[in-house]
Amino acid sequence: MGVGIEVNNLNAWFGKAQVLNEVNMKIGPNAVTAVIGPSGCGKSTYVRCLNRMHETNPDARLTGSVKVGEMEIYAPGTDAVDVRRRIGMVFQKPNPFPTMSIYDNVAAGLRLNGFTRRAELDAAVESSLRMAALWEEVRDVLKKKSGASLSGGQQQRLCIARALAVQPELLLMDEPASALDPISTGKIEELIFQLKTKYTVVIVTHNMQQAARVADYTGFFLMGKLIEFDKTEKIFTTPSDKRTEDYITGRFG
Amino acid sequence: MPNLNRPVSSFRKLSNLAFIGSAILASVVVLAPLVAIFGYLVMKGVGSLNLAFLMHLPKPVGEDGGGMANAIVGSLMILGLGSVLGVPLGIGAGIYMAEFGHGRLVTLVRFTADVLNGVPSIVVGISAYALVVLPQHHFSAFSGGVALGIMMIPTIARTTEEMLLMVPNTIREAALGLGIPQWRTTLQVTLRTASKGVITGAMLAFARVAGETAPLLFTAFGNQFWNLNPNQPTAALPLQIFSYAISPFDEWHRQAWAGALILILLIVIAVSAVRVVTSRGTMANNA
Repeated sequence: MGVGIEVNNLNAWFGKAQVLNEVNMKIGPNAVTAVIGPSGCGKSTYVRCLNRMHETNPDARLTGSVKVGEMEIYAPGTDAVDVRRRIGMVFQKPNPFPTMSIYDNVAAGLRLNGFTRRAELDAAVESSLRMAALWEEVRDVLKKKSGASLSGGQQQRLCIARALAVQPELLLMDEPASALDPISTGKIEELIFQLKTKYTVVIVTHNMQQAARVADYTGFFLMGKLIEFDKTEKIFTTPSDKRTEDYITGRFG
Repeated sequence: MPNLNRPVSSFRKLSNLAFIGSAILASVVVLAPLVAIFGYLVMKGVGSLNLAFLMHLPKPVGEDGGGMANAIVGSLMILGLGSVLGVPLGIGAGIYMAEFGHGRLVTLVRFTADVLNGVPSIVVGISAYALVVLPQHHFSAFSGGVALGIMMIPTIARTTEEMLLMVPNTIREAALGLGIPQWRTTLQVTLRTASKGVITGAMLAFARVAGETAPLLFTAFGNQFWNLNPNQPTAALPLQIFSYAISPFDEWHRQAWAGALILILLIVIAVSAVRVVTSRGTMANNA
């Protein structure tokens, strides 16, 4: 089951530049939440703060609190590796491990966390690939083909399967379809729609139609601030902030 | 507006041909000495190459026959010791520079590696002599291994660093995002992705030191007899080739040629074997 997220007074910096400013957001479980906004508004940084990937950049800094389910991920003593293990992430550019087979790519998260039993791995690989709607396409070449040999759209679904294999409680997607063609994009969106029955999904997108299609809730970011956060329908029909309206009607960005 | 639809001039076709021609010529010039050396070695060496050469100890001057079995085994032993020392340290230093180091220390390590790369091999030999032979009061295969290992480190460290830096950051992020600890990400994802280049670097370093004579002169020292104890003076192919080649005896000259041929074959076999073994379990990048 998915978990809820509660973000309080989140601020983030790269060096001296502040990229997120006092963000507060409460995300319910088993829903798809879209994060939209113009380039450089901090939306990618925002989701990277939700699984402590932000701090992998050497001059990144952050204050505030993020609660995922019952876990305060920035509490002292909380291990970033544990946090990331419970939160899946899919990146903008498909990034399968190039030297691993399709099977090994999906099994990587489990294996590198110490699971080695063959039957368990087989089952996890199959169910993850099925969930990512890739199983039928690759079942015959699981161990023969490298993850990098797939097409861009397949690679991205492989990356989703890889993220699902470790059974996360929350799935973060950073513009998962922006490098893909329309058909692959359609498949990914359909997938997101199905995933929310099991997971909480937060998706960054620069494509407003995509947000409107897949998301239950949408947050609009501008210059590091969360301007408006509401039901997607409300954001796209009757936004309460003038800046949101300007953005979604295409007046800037 | 220039006319871009005009037919390609014959001058352009010619200059194109000339360019391709000179590229081919350059590669032939590069290959020629290699083929010549190998051909000459085979011509001169293959006559003295027989089972006895591979199995027997050197015979005293004047007696025909005999071989370099002790030097072949000795070389393998010294190179093995050198690799055990040089490969992990070199790869470790490369990982540090590419993945973990920040600021001045990295610059210092990199600079040291580059300087060490340029140190003449005989100087490395003297250092190993001072570090290992003097305190132990005797020559040994081990000290020879130390000398060769030190020579391997900078090449391996720098190629490892370069290869790791070529791995896109998105691959590291993918692993970290899965909740894989940093050290596992580095060893089992980043290093694995770069493994082809890293292995090539290690093999280059291995092949380079395999033929080194100077660092072994006062470390492994050479030996006319069997020795499998790494703590004793040990024969090595380059040393044996050197002393046979400068000797006044025709029979020894012939054996020196055969020794040189064996040395090259050893390197080729070792490098190919490592390639075959390490290519298993790792998918080619675009297969």
